[in-house]
Amino acid sequence: MEMLRLDNISLKAGEFSMHNVAFNVAAGEYFILLGPSGAGKSLILELIAGFYKPLGGRIYMKDRDITDLPVQQREAGLLFQDFAVFPHLSVFDNIAYPLRHIRTGKNKLIKPVKSIAAELEIDHLLHRSPTTLSGGEQQRVALARTLIKKPAILLLDEPLAALDVQLRGGIRSLLRRINQNGQTILHVTHDYEEAAILGHRIAVVENNTIAQCGSHDEVFHHPRSSFIANFVGIRNFFAGELLTDTTELSVFNANGVSINLLARQPAGKGYVVIRSEDIILSRQELDSSATNSFNGVITAIEPARTGFEVTVDCGIPLIALISKESVQKLGLETGKAIWAGFKASAVRFIAG
Amino acid sequence: MVLIFLGGLVLLFIIGPLLGMVLATTPAQLFEAAAEEEVRRSVWLTLWVSLAATFIFALAAVPFSWLLARKHFRFKQLVSGIIDLPIVIPHSAAGIAVLGFISRDSALGKMASSVGIDFVGNPAGIALAMAFVSIPFLINAARDGFSAVPVRLEKAALNLGASHFRVFMTISLPLAWRSVVSGFVMMFARGMSEFGAVIIVAYHPMIAPVMIYERFSAFGLAYARPVAVLFLAVCLVFFILLRLLTNRMGSHGNAQTR
Repeated sequence: MEMLRLDNISLKAGEFSMHNVAFNVAAGEYFILLGPSGAGKSLILELIAGFYKPLGGRIYMKDRDITDLPVQQREAGLLFQDFAVFPHLSVFDNIAYPLRHIRTGKNKLIKPVKSIAAELEIDHLLHRSPTTLSGGEQQRVALARTLIKKPAILLLDEPLAALDVQLRGGIRSLLRRINQNGQTILHVTHDYEEAAILGHRIAVVENNTIAQCGSHDEVFHHPRSSFIANFVGIRNFFAGELLTDTTELSVFNANGVSINLLARQPAGKGYVVIRSEDIILSRQELDSSATNSFNGVITAIEPARTGFEVTVDCGIPLIALISKESVQKLGLETGKAIWAGFKASAVRFIAG
Repeated sequence: MVLIFLGGLVLLFIIGPLLGMVLATTPAQLFEAAAEEEVRRSVWLTLWVSLAATFIFALAAVPFSWLLARKHFRFKQLVSGIIDLPIVIPHSAAGIAVLGFISRDSALGKMASSVGIDFVGNPAGIALAMAFVSIPFLINAARDGFSAVPVRLEKAALNLGASHFRVFMTISLPLAWRSVVSGFVMMFARGMSEFGAVIIVAYHPMIAPVMIYERFSAFGLAYARPVAVLFLAVCLVFFILLRLLTNRMGSHGNAQTR
């Protein structure tokens, strides 16, 4: 089922304008809007929430036209980037705020508030003032307050940007869990890693419109414009499983290909990232400190902003960024067999 | 050092005359003044009329302040200028203006007299004169308070399903509370001490500032002084009480918003 659809939206806020913004989010989907800051991503969220009216185009939620509905009647729960918890209300009253006008009496509020607070692991904070809480705790309060309304779609504005790096993993898995429980999520970010890890599908916002929309693979491996190519920045991003974590050298299995890496992390599902600058191409297998060495076939050679991007299919598509001189020296052309190698220390593992 | 000296001079300039007036009044004179029915009635009248005027006008002025803080509209600068007008015009002129507005010959006066109300020489007329000169204090303070409330808190509340009225009552007003109450106290205090506008609209019933003037012009300084000191004391007590109340009630006010 389709949960949300933006149809040929154009909008204007001061000097800033966007045109032909169109995408749709399926029920239960984790959808990412990815783009540099100032691209208008937050504006799109506020448009869906009802704080802005579009100049043209329509917005549909569950097949119903909501373009002209007031904010209160849209089933879109917006989590602000800086959380916007009410400083004069307790954590309990913050979470109960959306229910106060429906139910009367505190007794009827206690059960739903406690249950959502327990789910978000903030039930021990209910009597605190939010001004005494950490950023991560405030975010959970804001999230509980939004979820208690059971919104059709949860709109997240850069939910990880304001948090310390150590806290991000926890919130990431929390968001994924909420999504797995059936909550449709539209998540705005400027961070391609966040997009790749969390999103089922990704829409890239640039030049005041949606430049591309698709799965990770489509967006990261087949960027449709040079801008996205540069913006996305990273090509070698593979999902898979970390197998061993007992030895110094771990093994990551991506689509049957075993990649060696230094990851002192527990085994489990996750992602690896390898910068295309770190991949070395050679005619013979290298006898070097690089523990990863794969034989494959060149499937594409494309000019990049600097040098060339050479795609080598060795079970997974490895993309190496090399200079024009090297392309000529090695006599690279599509269809040719080649060795691709990189050090275990060049591989970065992201749990999730 | 020089600054401390200059500051001391300014403070002395304010305290000196007041202290002189208080010291020149014996406790006996003060009790005598307080015992007079006429004096007590006029002090009481001044207090309740000013408080009533502040309450009634606050009902419209506080939401209006929110509008000024939040919305952009044409001629907003002009509207802000108009609000400050009562502060800069002479209060006797303000009194003349209010009197012209509410006299029996005016449209409002005719309308009021048709239902049996006569503003002139009536507490209602006094309230209007007081409000006319003191309302800018409330509007300006409340507007500054509302401006300091982050817009996204109001947006978040709307997104959580609250009506505009509920957002105003549960988010905007509590967070701007300190400034609103402070403006309220200022309006009340300013209305209570008004003389120029009130004496033109209503010489009788006599509010305390008018009574002080009347005793001075009819009997001289010594006779006016005890009433002046008494009223000064009452004003101070009220002012301090309201300030304390503001600080206590405002513990969740603007100070905590980021």
